[in-house]
Amino acid sequence: MALLEVRSLTKTFGGLRAVEDATFEVKEGIIFSVIGPNGAGKTTLFNCLTGILQPTKGTVYFEGKDTVGLKPHTITGLGIGRTFQNIRIFPEMTVLENVMVAQHSRTRCGIISAIIRGKGFIHEEASIKEKAIEYLEFVNLSDLAKSPASSLPYGDQRRLEIARALATEPRLILLDEPAAGMNPQETAELMVLVERLRQWGKTIILIEHDMRVVMGISDWIIVLDHGIKIAEGIPEEIQRNPAVVEAYLGKEFTY
Amino acid sequence: MIRALIIASGLCLLVLPLMGIKSAAIVFISILAVITLLSFIRRHRHIFRIGIKVPAIYKRTAVLVTVMAVLLLPVYGDNYLIDVSSLSGIYIILAMGLNVVVGFAGLLNLGFAAFYAIGAYSTAILTTRLDMPFWLSMPMSVTMASFLGILLAIPALRLRGDYLAIVTLGFGEIIRIVLNNWDSLTNGPNGILNIPSPSIGGFKINRLSHYYYMVLLFVFLCIFVVRRVHNSRVGRAWLAIREDETAAEAMGIDTVRYKLLAFSFGAFWAGLAGALFAGKMHFVSPESFTFMESVLILCMVIIGGLGSIPGVILGAVILIILPEVLREFQTYRMLALGSGLVLMMIFRPQGLLGGRGGAIRG
Repeated sequence: MALLEVRSLTKTFGGLRAVEDATFEVKEGIIFSVIGPNGAGKTTLFNCLTGILQPTKGTVYFEGKDTVGLKPHTITGLGIGRTFQNIRIFPEMTVLENVMVAQHSRTRCGIISAIIRGKGFIHEEASIKEKAIEYLEFVNLSDLAKSPASSLPYGDQRRLEIARALATEPRLILLDEPAAGMNPQETAELMVLVERLRQWGKTIILIEHDMRVVMGISDWIIVLDHGIKIAEGIPEEIQRNPAVVEAYLGKEFTY
Repeated sequence: MIRALIIASGLCLLVLPLMGIKSAAIVFISILAVITLLSFIRRHRHIFRIGIKVPAIYKRTAVLVTVMAVLLLPVYGDNYLIDVSSLSGIYIILAMGLNVVVGFAGLLNLGFAAFYAIGAYSTAILTTRLDMPFWLSMPMSVTMASFLGILLAIPALRLRGDYLAIVTLGFGEIIRIVLNNWDSLTNGPNGILNIPSPSIGGFKINRLSHYYYMVLLFVFLCIFVVRRVHNSRVGRAWLAIREDETAAEAMGIDTVRYKLLAFSFGAFWAGLAGALFAGKMHFVSPESFTFMESVLILCMVIIGGLGSIPGVILGAVILIILPEVLREFQTYRMLALGSGLVLMMIFRPQGLLGGRGGAIRG
């Protein structure tokens, strides 16, 4: 059984069909890329999968469970983590706190236990902190744990988002253009990180523009154009697919 | 410098009709001097930075001295000082409560005095009409206020930012108007008189110093509890909602639930402050819970520093003590307060003790 099954997912905004009848499966343990020109509906697709937007039509099954209609925090609880295209860290909290917050759905202690501070609370709090540091070490940010998140340079903020997504302890991680705005060096480092995520046993859905990156790392690619899935396959197939070339470069003009 | 000139002349014009040309000139010059000095300090911050690193031992001594001064206040202070201090205590609790809503969760609430009013009136009604002892009516009033906090939050949660502020403002006014007009229960604009003094066993709390210690006890309780909640999973969830609601939701936080919790937790403290107020004054009337009261509490939170617990305490003390200190200036004291606020917004918009990122460091 596939980890994620999407069946005829459609999202319309008024007359605009942002995603139309998308059907695909994501197998466990792979790097699955979603590519397509600007405005193809990639981020809308992500938002539908994570519950930020409700799909107009269609079904989404995660581990065999229907997730359509669930709230974003419930979906996070089920095991889908994500990053955002336009960085959305918590700027005024420290780097460490950013990652600590993300363990919310994996922890229990409420307001009463926070006041009483019994054994359970102290233990949980220590474990939250310990794990947060672990995730920061994974993305190589543990040295900056105490700095305010807003003080990080751009590339580090992107990596912090990944650490934060990891801290929700997901089986499936959605990365929305994690390399946007990075230089080739940073992008290469990031891709090593994504590869390590896979080795850690996470399944990854990646939105990315940089073709070299996508082709080098992906196990499976789907291509969206104007909300419609126009192709899917392994990287080599996608590169040769005339419909994909057309979507990116336009149709060859013949006399 | 131009900005300084504009500010100084603006305030000077305000003062002119009240105090005459001579005082206005003094105001003008002194403001200009203060602003120039402040901007000099700001520009050459690095010179002063070295001096700011205070060794931990001094900090601890300072805290100890403050706590001793507060504890022994009735020993060395006169009745007036004790009274004003008790009032500050009540406002510290209020400001701490509002800080949870505005400072932690980032939900602007302009009707906070409504919960204060609910706490005070519940205590007043329960003790005078039903002859309930104070210590029984207090938890009931607090529960009532928290419950109303949730009730207000349910419709308000659909709104963000300014819209939320307007709804809470409306809610505050509704409560005040209901209190003003529901004669059979609240005795209308005349208010409720003869609220009995609280007593423990046979010991009646009826002297100013007794009240002072009673309020102080609850202030310490409030600081203790709010600090602990702030530094926890719940507090972090609130901060995350303040920073970015969508991202908070994606991190697994049930934002609706935590906003409700913030509203009712904040209202809890307002209710407590209301009960203390009723027990201290022996009298409540709608006049004590106007929109200006909500604004005053909000000012305390903002002046002290949004989200910073020591800041909010300082803000409450300043805004209660300052008008008292300025009492001899009579009519001008609100003016002085207003200009202080304006200067504050220009030079230190994050509040006196509000550094970046509020107070907690996990």
